[in-house]
Amino acid sequence: MFDTLTNRLQSAFQRLRGKGRLTEDDVKEALREIRRALLEADVNHAVAKELTDRIRERAVGQEILQSLSAAQQVIKIVNDELTALMGGGQAKLANASKPPTVILLVGLQGAGKTTAATKLARYLALSEHRRPLLVAADIYRPAAIQQLQVLGAQIDVPVFAPGSDVPPPEIARRALDEARRGGYDYVLIDTAGRLHIDEELMDELRQVRAIAEPDETLLVIDAMTGQDAVNVAKQFHEQIGVTGAILTKLDGDTRGGAALTVRHVTGCPVKFVGIGEKPDALEPFHPDRMASRILGMGDVLTLIEKAQATINEDDARALEAKLRRNEFTLEDFLTQLQQMRKLGPLDQLLGMIPGMGKLNKNLQGNSVDEGQFRKIEAIILSMSVKERKNPELVMKSSGRRVRIAKGSGTEVRDVNQLLRRFDEMRKLMKQFSGMGKNSARALSNLAGQVKGRSTFGHPGSGKGKRRR
Amino acid sequence: MRVMGFFDRLKEGLAKTRTVFTERVGGVLSRRKIDDSVYEELEDALLSADVGVGTTQYLLDRLAREARRQKLATADQLIPVLQSLVNEILDQGETELHLASQGLTVILVVGVNGAGKTTTIGKLAHRFRQEGKRVILAAGDTFRAAAIEQLCVWGERSGAHVVKQNTGSDPAAVIFDAIQAARARKADVLICDTAGRLQNKTHLMAELEKMYRVIVREIPEAPHETLLVLDATTGQNAIVQAKLFKEIAHVTGIVLTKLDGTAKGGVVIAIFQELGLPVKWVTVGEHLGDLEPFSASAFSAALFDGADVSRS
Repeated sequence: MFDTLTNRLQSAFQRLRGKGRLTEDDVKEALREIRRALLEADVNHAVAKELTDRIRERAVGQEILQSLSAAQQVIKIVNDELTALMGGGQAKLANASKPPTVILLVGLQGAGKTTAATKLARYLALSEHRRPLLVAADIYRPAAIQQLQVLGAQIDVPVFAPGSDVPPPEIARRALDEARRGGYDYVLIDTAGRLHIDEELMDELRQVRAIAEPDETLLVIDAMTGQDAVNVAKQFHEQIGVTGAILTKLDGDTRGGAALTVRHVTGCPVKFVGIGEKPDALEPFHPDRMASRILGMGDVLTLIEKAQATINEDDARALEAKLRRNEFTLEDFLTQLQQMRKLGPLDQLLGMIPGMGKLNKNLQGNSVDEGQFRKIEAIILSMSVKERKNPELVMKSSGRRVRIAKGSGTEVRDVNQLLRRFDEMRKLMKQFSGMGKNSARALSNLAGQVKGRSTFGHPGSGKGKRRR
Repeated sequence: MRVMGFFDRLKEGLAKTRTVFTERVGGVLSRRKIDDSVYEELEDALLSADVGVGTTQYLLDRLAREARRQKLATADQLIPVLQSLVNEILDQGETELHLASQGLTVILVVGVNGAGKTTTIGKLAHRFRQEGKRVILAAGDTFRAAAIEQLCVWGERSGAHVVKQNTGSDPAAVIFDAIQAARARKADVLICDTAGRLQNKTHLMAELEKMYRVIVREIPEAPHETLLVLDATTGQNAIVQAKLFKEIAHVTGIVLTKLDGTAKGGVVIAIFQELGLPVKWVTVGEHLGDLEPFSASAFSAALFDGADVSRS
């Protein structure tokens, strides 16, 4: 459903080749695409309108070098505006001059407050070496207190829970006493989920706030939230006074436009994002990355960071040199495959590469087969080092192929297929390393190969086979 | 009566929002001639109800055609037409629950994290209990901390027996046990809770598929209903949710939760258009009785109420 904005803009600007400057008329269609992308990402419609107005102002009058770069220029403007709107840099958690620092977590039902509180406590305890105290102030939802107790035990952080008979403001009062007595330096109060229009419960929250005097009141909001984010953020902010937000469930495939809305409405930064169900799945919020995600531009930075963390840079450089000299061997191929697997599922990786959104969609639901990886690995591991370095040896000898098939528990057919693919891949890699215009196509072919839906498996595509 | 209940509750919730769209319609729009700016305001109203760009465009195109055909002159005449267009779409959906003609009815409840599955199950159980049915609940969320305890509380409140194992056990095994227990106790309805899962988590969706398979293996015509619990505050991602859950667990209908807030859940129009999935129930509060059958007419009326069209 989501075409990447980059692709759409490129087609919108296709007609503009050879023009001098962008006029208002020229950017009209592009702006419509931008607005559509923002709305599909659940950015509030009023915010989207404001944004496109600002982008129009900046884009009109821009010089066009060529159609492709016109799209890129506009993308850059959009990206800058989005990033700026989301607060530029990364926002830190408040720190009280006199401990304990009190953090109040508020939000709608099911936003993920209890999980977020646990993650935050773990982060404070492990990354910041603090002593947090979790406070169970959700006395309404069945088993909510128990949930926090179980999670607290998992991360080894004490949970203050006087029980569901004690009113939340009283719980807050006792928790602060407990924290001072126990020498805790952070108090995290988990409150019950409530609707922003529930007067009674909002009033209760105001009372909790008055007693706890939090240094930080974090609105916990589901990344999948739609247009209503504006009402939720506005109401919580006006009634309780929010200082920041935690965006949860960002490990889903939502674009997360609500992040923009929350920031715009409250003026407060998103401080953390939840990216999984485990207690360690919490990350600081990066506005620039979120901007790319909302626009469907791919999260290049995350990809690079991920790659840097798992791929040895020297190895990568050596590989590149090999590619250029056309010395890519099966051994290198194996190393590469293994590194790729370390990075995570291929379909997830592709989503992070700009322009790969479409390809990614094709892969999803038809996801890259882990078994295929393992098979290839087994075949290569069944070769001698000499054979891996010189695949021609195997190609020429059917005896070697039979031995390898036996050794890897596969069929000779599989070995042949791998060799054929490898050969094609080597050619493509060479092309790819040039990073020409066809890089996307090369990559998509590559993905096709890994999937086993290779384009050259078709009759007629393999010339050598025919001649034989 | 029930439909009125839903409508009233919805109205009550909606009345709390500050700018009421209909007021605006009554005030500003009514005397206005139909022009582009009127359509723009309607577009904003639809978009802010999470109807989505594509469906909004579709509705406005049809509205414009209708307006020409009926020779409508003023803006206030457009609203009823728009409402009936939405109603027309949603009214095609089958809202009745499909129950087993005899013996055990199995209902599988699925959805993303925090949508309100467990609470919805408590309310459904209550409803069946009130109809005098014997209800068993399967504690299939063996992942989230205290999820089993939460379901047990709802079981107690509604008078339904809960079949459970420990946290961390195989949810498909829990469901298998529950089916056996339901047979032994000659229960009328078995409602299976599942852990919340984001639809792009392949391994969790595979786990769900296994639960589904276990049910089908035991009772070929079951599950009689697979209900996707959808938070009304969800935006366009709901379409992907519905699509993938339908593929894996053959969803038959939607329970739209948290409709007592200011969110409209307009995305269900696109979900019905694209996937043919009807909304069967809506929930409007935290009490046992806060579950109402879906009414297309009430929903499409509420869609335009309370929309915040104020602009800075």
